[in-house]
Amino acid sequence: MKKSVWSMCGMCTVRCPIRVETENDEVTWIEGNPHLLDGALCAKGSAGIALLNDPERPQQPLIRKGGRGAGRWDKVSWDTALDYVAEKLNKIVDRYGPESVMMSCRGGPFVDIVKAFIHGLGSPNFTNHDSACGRNAHHASLSLYGVGRTGFAYDIKKTRHLVLFGRNILASLRVAEVNQVLDMLDSGGRLTYVDVRQTMTGIKANRFFQVRPGTDYALALGMIHEVIREKAYDQEFIDRYVSDFDALVAFVEPYDVDWAARECGIKAERLREFVRELAHDRPRVVFHPGWMVSRYRDSFYASRALHILNVLMGNIEVEGGQIFPKGPADCGVKGLRSFDGQIPKPTARRGDGVGWKYSHFDKGPGLFHLFYDTMVTEDPYPIKGLICVRHDPLSCFPDPAAQKEALDRLDLLVAIDTHYSEFGWYCDVILPESTYLERDSIIATQKGTKPRFICRNQVVAPRYDTRSLSEIIKGLADRVGIGQYFPYNSTAELQAWQLEPTGVKIEDFAEKGFVELSREPIMYDRQNLDGRFKTPSGKIEIISQKLTEAGLPSLKPYESPEKPPKGKFRLVFGRSAVHAHAHTINNPLLHELMPENTLWVNRRAAARMGVKEGDWVEVSSNGMVNTIKAHVTDFIHPEAVYMVHGFGRQVPLQTRSYHAGVGDQKLMKGMLTAMDPAGGGLCLCECMVTVKRSSKNPKRMVEL
Amino acid sequence: MNKYTLYLNSRRCIGCHGCEVHCKTNKRLPVGPILCEISHEPLKAVRGVPKTEFRFRSCYHCEDPYCVPVCPTGAMQKRADGIVFVDQEVCVGCMACVGACPWGVPQPNPETGKVVKCDYCMDRIDAGLKPACVTRCTTHALKLVALQEI
Repeated sequence: MKKSVWSMCGMCTVRCPIRVETENDEVTWIEGNPHLLDGALCAKGSAGIALLNDPERPQQPLIRKGGRGAGRWDKVSWDTALDYVAEKLNKIVDRYGPESVMMSCRGGPFVDIVKAFIHGLGSPNFTNHDSACGRNAHHASLSLYGVGRTGFAYDIKKTRHLVLFGRNILASLRVAEVNQVLDMLDSGGRLTYVDVRQTMTGIKANRFFQVRPGTDYALALGMIHEVIREKAYDQEFIDRYVSDFDALVAFVEPYDVDWAARECGIKAERLREFVRELAHDRPRVVFHPGWMVSRYRDSFYASRALHILNVLMGNIEVEGGQIFPKGPADCGVKGLRSFDGQIPKPTARRGDGVGWKYSHFDKGPGLFHLFYDTMVTEDPYPIKGLICVRHDPLSCFPDPAAQKEALDRLDLLVAIDTHYSEFGWYCDVILPESTYLERDSIIATQKGTKPRFICRNQVVAPRYDTRSLSEIIKGLADRVGIGQYFPYNSTAELQAWQLEPTGVKIEDFAEKGFVELSREPIMYDRQNLDGRFKTPSGKIEIISQKLTEAGLPSLKPYESPEKPPKGKFRLVFGRSAVHAHAHTINNPLLHELMPENTLWVNRRAAARMGVKEGDWVEVSSNGMVNTIKAHVTDFIHPEAVYMVHGFGRQVPLQTRSYHAGVGDQKLMKGMLTAMDPAGGGLCLCECMVTVKRSSKNPKRMVEL
Repeated sequence: MNKYTLYLNSRRCIGCHGCEVHCKTNKRLPVGPILCEISHEPLKAVRGVPKTEFRFRSCYHCEDPYCVPVCPTGAMQKRADGIVFVDQEVCVGCMACVGACPWGVPQPNPETGKVVKCDYCMDRIDAGLKPACVTRCTTHALKLVALQEI
């Protein structure tokens, strides 16, 4: 029997809307939702079929029987596994208190149910991967506007000039956003790209600044200086909404274009020319404040400077600029009923210190990496249980060896995941989640100028003995005595419960796969944005009261990044269009396209070391040594070497990805807690590595 | 005369290799054969920006194909609209066509032991749809173009 099902992709965390065709419970076709994406889908999206049919994923609940990481598992029933986890959780709660359990997840639109579980248990310790991702950009946004980084949508399609600092937007691949960028370029918009290497995005740019690694902040400061000197800013907007503009003017005085150009290793005249264009293009200019900006010791300030440039452009709530995403309330519709919303907030202080030791950080998800210190010191209290939902901290954070040392102090490690993660492999219990094609998800809200409710529907029956997240959470909740917070026995009941206040019915999703809450785009009155900026003063705060209270500067004097010592390079990393970091490395069809990563080395630097294209090189740091093939290229700064993140996996049951390529995070020994103190983001591009030609390159043909 | 061709707008192509996987999943191909290919020239600086052009290649659906006459069973055929295709029912997997094609277009399918190649998804074209690579192209850079004699 043939079927067509609306759903949402789950191959990466973008979660593009899809339409899936099946025949006799086999997936025959996946395409982007024609109403939103006109069929468009990326390679990863198409390879979802290979994920579904891949036996190299956990097929039933597993309980560890050897040492952690030994890879010996008992295959057990769901009842046995859930009973086991619940018993351990109850013991931890009885002995240490509920706050000794923490829970992490991937983030995104479906986190409500995960938050509800951990809060329902009585622990405040919900966290996610974001300190290795966007926390700096998020906190920079909060400190300036009082709203986080999702507090603005970028109207890229209608912008005249998009400026990207290391945001490889076309390889990161949000399908709708990529099409917006290309539509913008097709209609004559400009793209300026800044990076230490050339990327897929950079080749489409009108202007490319290849900067010295770690100098993004210098470039942004030089831009601010020149914008102010040229009076290329929106005076009216600044007078109306911005506080302490004078402090900014005084602060950037020493950072002129000539200085910035010298510091970054670019041409001053090109920078001047760029600012003259801005004067013409504003307010329809977007400076992307960065996505993965856990890079350098000053990435928070670099991102904040980009946010400030947006403010100078006066690009807020204008077409082609930054637009406040609208929610159900803006459409006169009540929001979805929240699981987490009905649960009393746990009273214990967070175990990572966020909210009390670190008052300037958003205590929503806090900062995962800070928990490792708590695990070791047991200050303010012991952490004894960790549940990770589709989040692999050992692939995500630096120095997995140091992480494991801290994790060894825990009584319970649980992975809820669709595949074997490095973390799962080290856990006590793996609770296998059904893949996105085999499961329903809770209904979620997608804010925007035209907000909507979105829904992931199960397409086919689970291939193995796996369950959806809402079933797993419910099963655990019932066993630890908090089942009342999850009042459903089926997806239909769950969705009806969520939708009840909204007036929307589940049948309303049948036509397009989503429910649009407004026919026309909603824009606020730009002349009256009072109350939209949630800072203490209600203004856009150049000098943030919160940062000042925390004893941190809002405008930090620039410090030049360390130059790699002779013979060393700065290790930078990124992604390609065909992999979603570590998630997809073992997918048969994506592995076929990119089975391993390489180390990009600048041609001149490679020549000095006698390294040629395709040679094996040894890359090492702090005693960690790995061997990888070199890609010799002119298009990377000589101080840096680069690799795609996610490789070097060590799960033996993932035969395709096992020891293929190198994992950058494994080279970052001793860097687990190196973070930007103001932004909370990790310093993932502060690792210096030694590269040399490997003895693995054969010199003789010895065969017989 | 061929009726169709596939055109790639290189300005919109982002080298994401989506088309290659769209094709494989539509034809339910295992790891091994890849029936179309996105490639690009080495990067060259154009006014300070390292740039490149993308190319798309599948089957040329030759006017006078080498693969059709060497096929001993008549499985490899050319339709009136120019599409060169393999009849899976008739193919015996002798791989004569694989050797005959100068571009390596026909490829063995290790699961069936038979040959597979790009046929512009003729079942979809016949149903009024576009080939898989075109329908799902991430950036709408690939187009199915109907050729006209002028």
